[in-house]
Amino acid sequence: MTLEVKTNNAPLMEVRNIDKSFPGVKALDDVSVKFYPGEVNAVVGENGAGKSTLMKVMVGAYKQDRGTIHFQEENVSFNHPIDAQKMGISIIYQEFNLLPERTVAQNIFLGREPSTFGVVNVRQLNKQARSVLKEIGVDTMISPTALINSLSVAEQQLVEIAKAISMDAKVLIMDEPTASLTSTEVQLLSDLISRLKEKGLAIIFISHRLAEVFEVAEKITVLKDGQYVGTAKTEEVTPEDIVYMMVGRVLDHYFPPLGSPEDFGDVVLRVEDGSNEFLSSINLELRKGEVLGISGLQGSGRTELAQALFGAEPFKSGSVELQSKTVSIKNPSWAIKQGLGFVTEDRKSEGLLLMQPIRDNILLALRSLQPLFGWIHPDGIRQSRKLVPTLGEQVDIRVDSYSKEVQDLSGGNQQKVVLSKWLASKAEIFIFDEPTRGIDVESKASVHDLIRELTIQGVAVIMISSELPEIIGMSDRIIVMRDGTIGGELPAESSEADIMLVATGQDNSNSAEPS
Amino acid sequence: MTTGTISAKNLKQAVQAIHIPPVYYFLVIITLVGITLDQLFAKGNILSNPVIMTNILVRSVALGIVAVGQSFVMIGAAIDLSVAFTISLTAVLASQLMQGDPARVPMAILIVFGIGIVIGVANGLIVTKLNVNPFIATLGTGLIIKGILNGTFANYKGSVPKSFQSFGYDSLGPIPISILVLLVVVIIGWFILSRTKFGAHLYGVGGSREIGRLSGLRTARIVTGAFIISSLTAVLSGLFIVSRLGSGAPWVGPDGVYDLESIAATVIGGTALAGGRGGVFGTLAGVLMFGVIDTVFNQLGVDTYLKTVLRGAIIILAVASYSIRSGREAA
Repeated sequence: MTLEVKTNNAPLMEVRNIDKSFPGVKALDDVSVKFYPGEVNAVVGENGAGKSTLMKVMVGAYKQDRGTIHFQEENVSFNHPIDAQKMGISIIYQEFNLLPERTVAQNIFLGREPSTFGVVNVRQLNKQARSVLKEIGVDTMISPTALINSLSVAEQQLVEIAKAISMDAKVLIMDEPTASLTSTEVQLLSDLISRLKEKGLAIIFISHRLAEVFEVAEKITVLKDGQYVGTAKTEEVTPEDIVYMMVGRVLDHYFPPLGSPEDFGDVVLRVEDGSNEFLSSINLELRKGEVLGISGLQGSGRTELAQALFGAEPFKSGSVELQSKTVSIKNPSWAIKQGLGFVTEDRKSEGLLLMQPIRDNILLALRSLQPLFGWIHPDGIRQSRKLVPTLGEQVDIRVDSYSKEVQDLSGGNQQKVVLSKWLASKAEIFIFDEPTRGIDVESKASVHDLIRELTIQGVAVIMISSELPEIIGMSDRIIVMRDGTIGGELPAESSEADIMLVATGQDNSNSAEPS
Repeated sequence: MTTGTISAKNLKQAVQAIHIPPVYYFLVIITLVGITLDQLFAKGNILSNPVIMTNILVRSVALGIVAVGQSFVMIGAAIDLSVAFTISLTAVLASQLMQGDPARVPMAILIVFGIGIVIGVANGLIVTKLNVNPFIATLGTGLIIKGILNGTFANYKGSVPKSFQSFGYDSLGPIPISILVLLVVVIIGWFILSRTKFGAHLYGVGGSREIGRLSGLRTARIVTGAFIISSLTAVLSGLFIVSRLGSGAPWVGPDGVYDLESIAATVIGGTALAGGRGGVFGTLAGVLMFGVIDTVFNQLGVDTYLKTVLRGAIIILAVASYSIRSGREAA
């Protein structure tokens, strides 16, 4: 299990003239890229640019229609992902391929358990797992016998990396590895990546976060509409250059202009001293027409705050005023009736019915307002036929039919479906939890535009985000969460440093224990 | 490390390491309630009576053996509804083939196990190659077996020789042979699940078909293997039943509700309906729970219909208690 890979000037892996079509779409069109050992090559591009398809071709999950794959200068072909793995090409998907009910060791060596006559040598299994974990320097953090479901997302990712290393990976592909990590965890990951790089691995890093791409990658490869645009050396380009390559135009502003104070109206939501098992003494006000950004580290109570406001995990004490009336938000269904909309962080598990068509997803929140045994739309089905395309256009969902199942859509389009669902319910207070996680630059910009448009129409928005640029670019006011309470409030256009100081408790505002 | 005192923390860790399925706590509760009822209404004559205790265990044998097989299938994220009819088929064919002649016993046993393998392979192939949902696939094969049985045999046919009945009635020392057989089946089941590659791969495929595939597991073979094990345990159950009855009839399987009861026992034992989690010791406890409940209720003369209602309620209560404990859906 050594990580020795010959380092020379030849590419470790290369794809040449790859074509791949799916019914109705040409996903890859004559794509050629070279990947060198000891180098991080970030592959970027909008959703639908062909990144995932290319990766799947490279690991044998898809078979290309045309073109060749070369590994260590030999022409290779894979009939099954296992062929690629055996050769040393591993991928870590965004959604981990780990069995939650099994141990770390069982997961790392699934299908490759040390055994004699079919009987697994458990001692050996755990020993080997420990040595792999040691090799990537996390043996003190993760025990081979720990169950996967007891680990954090970051730890699970380390297990995935350990699994790849145990397969003697020479090429390691990571699909959005940082999407759900906190900044300390991202640091840990990028340290690990540089160690792997030193050992001569070729690392392919897919990410939407350009800041991180610029931090970890030596080279950036851009795909657009299934075509290869180019590979640039990171030191020779700026993020703007890359964005230009990705979208084919300069995005002169990532964010729409902030609201001006005269646009802000009455207080529509006020919480005084709200507390529950996750939160304590929450005091906040939300005005009509403003975007209130909520920042904070992972686990600081950001999402819990949103869930409390939406009634999913209600406040147990304190008072909530909605449109100047004292209320208690007991459950989401009541919250929806009062005009709250909640765009969740985890679209797949909380925001969408994946196997239902777009149309029904859009109408879901609206229908929940209606009596259980009434017509499915107050004005009947005909009206909803008109409503769905109108909303679809408003949020710019790009599909040929609204009868398509949501699971077949790209991440950006899925998020737009969630948005139109709440638009349909005519919510007056929107809570966005990570509205642009895992979606591409262009969809991001249109989601941001839409959020701002909502506030111009008089909607009040609470936006939770772990991406500081998004918080800064969008928020008219910023609340920073820390240890389940509000660590501080900052004005619009505060700097990343200001926010981080409050989030980590380094500001002088109070004497909270340093974490 | 092994100095005298054991702290509470160490004990807790030890308990976690052994990983006692929560169903055992439930089994203890049920038994305690049974003892209380026993003391109150039967002056402690039920559970202190060795004959009745043995009876609880023997009653659990048929269900226990087939439930071990069902656990395999369910850990593989499938379900086997055909077991009840496999049991009937075995019972009828075994007595038909043996014709009371001890010399024909080995031949008959070989044939019924052979048929069990065929049924298991058929279930497995229908599920993995024709991509039919396991519920429907095994419902279908079950109906096919049922139709053949009902069309061919209307009543008790043939009989098993006296020597074969020792499987059902004899004891080895104080312990009935049938209970030893059940224990052996459970231990083999445990060994396969927790110590063999097949077991590890079954958990893998059951946890996620896609992860299994990406890890290079032969998912179709593994699932088919689980179905074969399930059919083989059904055959063994059928043999046990016919050794008790002396002669097989087409209704012995469905009348014992071995399909649904084996599923219920497995789920009560902590195996997830969605697959990927569980084990045979939990299933054994689930089966014993049924045994205790049935025996206590029977001896107390609880009305049959009321008994069924109480059983249903206990199943729900048991599974609900796990999901409340773990804060997620348990089955």
